[in-house]
Amino acid sequence: MSRFGWGAVARVSFLVLVSALIVVPLAATVLGGFKSAGELRVEPFGLPDVWRTEFYGEILGDLQFWRYLWNSLFISLVTVFLTLLLGSMAAYTFAQIRFFGSTFLFTYLLLGLMFPFAAAIMPLFLTVRNLGILDTPWGVILPQAAFGMAFSVMFFRTFFEQIPADLFDAARVDGCGYIQFYFRITLPLSTPILATIAVFVFVQSWNNYLLPLIMLNDRAGYTWTLGAMDYRGEYIQDWNRTLAFVTVTLAPAVVFFLAAQKYIVAGLTGGAVKG
Amino acid sequence: MSVAVSDKHHAAAHDRFGALRRFARSGQLRLLLVFLPPALLLFTVFVMLPMLNASFFSPYKWSGYGPAPWAFNVDTGREFGDWVGLRNFRQLAGHAAFATAAGNTAKIVLVSLLIQLPLALALALMIYQKSYANTVFRLIFFVPYILAEVATGLIWSFVFDGNFGLSRTVTDVLQLEEAFFPLGDKAWAFNAILAVIVWKYFGFHMMIYIAGLQGISRDLIDAAVVDGARTFDLIRYIKIPLLAPAIAISVFYSVLGAIQVFDLVMPMTAGGPSNSSHTLVSYLYNFGFIRLRVGFGSAVGVVLFVVGITFAFAYRATIQRRLAA
Repeated sequence: MSRFGWGAVARVSFLVLVSALIVVPLAATVLGGFKSAGELRVEPFGLPDVWRTEFYGEILGDLQFWRYLWNSLFISLVTVFLTLLLGSMAAYTFAQIRFFGSTFLFTYLLLGLMFPFAAAIMPLFLTVRNLGILDTPWGVILPQAAFGMAFSVMFFRTFFEQIPADLFDAARVDGCGYIQFYFRITLPLSTPILATIAVFVFVQSWNNYLLPLIMLNDRAGYTWTLGAMDYRGEYIQDWNRTLAFVTVTLAPAVVFFLAAQKYIVAGLTGGAVKG
Repeated sequence: MSVAVSDKHHAAAHDRFGALRRFARSGQLRLLLVFLPPALLLFTVFVMLPMLNASFFSPYKWSGYGPAPWAFNVDTGREFGDWVGLRNFRQLAGHAAFATAAGNTAKIVLVSLLIQLPLALALALMIYQKSYANTVFRLIFFVPYILAEVATGLIWSFVFDGNFGLSRTVTDVLQLEEAFFPLGDKAWAFNAILAVIVWKYFGFHMMIYIAGLQGISRDLIDAAVVDGARTFDLIRYIKIPLLAPAIAISVFYSVLGAIQVFDLVMPMTAGGPSNSSHTLVSYLYNFGFIRLRVGFGSAVGVVLFVVGITFAFAYRATIQRRLAA
C-alpha cells in the first residue's frame, strides 16, 4: 500500500475526481441558498459574495414547512413501528413452530420481494380510496408497511432462527409461553436487526415520493417531498429558494445517516452474506 | 383446519384431534392465531390484491368510479366499466411514447449493469481496506444514496439548467451562441437522467461489494501473493469469484430498482420534452393515473409486473442456481 507509483497516483486522482462529482453539486446546493438570483447565474459553484440568510430564514420561519416535516416524520415513524412489529411477529411464528401450510405462507410473503410495487399503483389507489383512508397518513403508511413485510419477515426469520433453542426450552420450564418469550427474550435480543431494518424502512419512507403523490391531495397533509416539488413549482425561476429548501431537508437525512451508519452497513452485509 | 405436527410426537393418523389439542395446549395455536394474521392481512390487502386487481382491471375501460368495473350500476342500468378485451394492450403497443418509455427503462437496466456495477466494483476494490482516507471516501460515495430522489432530481436540474450551472459553464467554454438546456433537449434529457441514476446508486452497490471484500480471508490473499499472484490475478481469480454472492445480490436490487425508476424523473423532466424521457412507471403515472384511466394504467402495470417477475424467475433459474452449485 505504501509503495509510491503511477498506479497509486491514478487511483487517488480517480477517487478525488469521483468525490468532486459528488461534493461539488452538493456544495453548490448549500451555497446557492445564500446567493442572490443574479449571483447564482454568474457564479453557480463559488462562495457567495454576501451571505444572504433571508431565503433560509423564510423557509425555516414558514409554518407550512414544519408541517411538511412533521407529516413525513409521522408517516415514517408509524411505518417503521408497524413494519417492525408485524414483520417480527410473523417471522417469530415461522421461526418457532412448524404447522400445516407454514412453508406455503412463508413463500407467499416472500413473493413480495419480487414484485415491482409500482405495477399495482392504480388498483392500490382504489383500495385505499374504498377503505376511506385516501388523503390521510394511513393511505401512505399501510401500503408502505405492507411492502416492507416480505423484506422484514425474511431478515427477522433468519435472525430469530439463530437464537439458541435451549433458551426457549429453559424459559418454557419456568412457565414462559411463546408470546411472553417473544416480548421478554426475542425482541430484546434482536436490537441489532430491529435497528437495521428500522433504518432502511425509515429512509425509504422519508424519501418516498410516488405513494404520497398518489394518496395525498390536501396540502395540509403533504410530506416534505411533495412540499419540495410544490415549492419548486412556485418559484420556478428562483433557484436560490429551491436550493435553500433542498438544503434544509438534506440536513436531517445526512445527520440521520451518520448516526445510523453502523446499521446501514450491517444491513448490506446481511443481504450480501445470505446470497 | 390446520393440524400441527409437533416435532417429537408425530400424531397417528387417527389421532388428529389429539394433535390439535396438544397444539392448543402448548400455546402454539394461540401464537399462530395472534401473531401471523396481521402481517398476512396487511400484505394481502395492500400488495397481493392490488397486484391481482391490476390484471382483472386491465381488460376494461374504467374511470375508477364505482367499486369495480364489472359491478352493476343501478343508476345507469349497466356496469361501471366497459369491457374492451385486449384493447388497452393494443393501444400500448401502438403508442410511440410507450415504446420510448420501455426503451428508456431498458437503457436504465443496461447502464446499471454495464456502467454502474463495474464502477462500483472498481471503487470498492480501491477502498475496501481499512484506512482513514478510505473511510472518508466511502462516506462521500455513499451520500448520494441516502439523499431523496426528489432532492437529487432538484439539485441536478439546477446543475443542468442552461442559465445557471454546469451547462452554462459548458456553454461558455465552447463559446456557444445560445444557452444549452440538456433537460429540455430531446436527445439529451434521458441521458442526463441516466447519469444521475449512476451518480445516485453506485455507492449502494459499492458498499455491498466492500462488505463482501472485507469478508475475504487475509490468509487466502497472502498465500496467493506468496505463490506469485499479482494485483490483477488477485482480483480476477480470488476477489471477484469470492464476491459472486454479493454481485448477485446487487444485480438483483439493481434490475428491480431500474425497472421502477420514477421519483428522479419527475423533478428533472416529468417525462418531457415531448414524452422523450418517460420510464415505464412515469408513463403509467402520466397516461394512466393522471387521466384516471384505470384499465389502461393497470395494463401498463401488468406489463411492468411481467417484466419484473420474468426477471425474478430468470434470476433464480440462472444466477441463484449457479451460486448454490
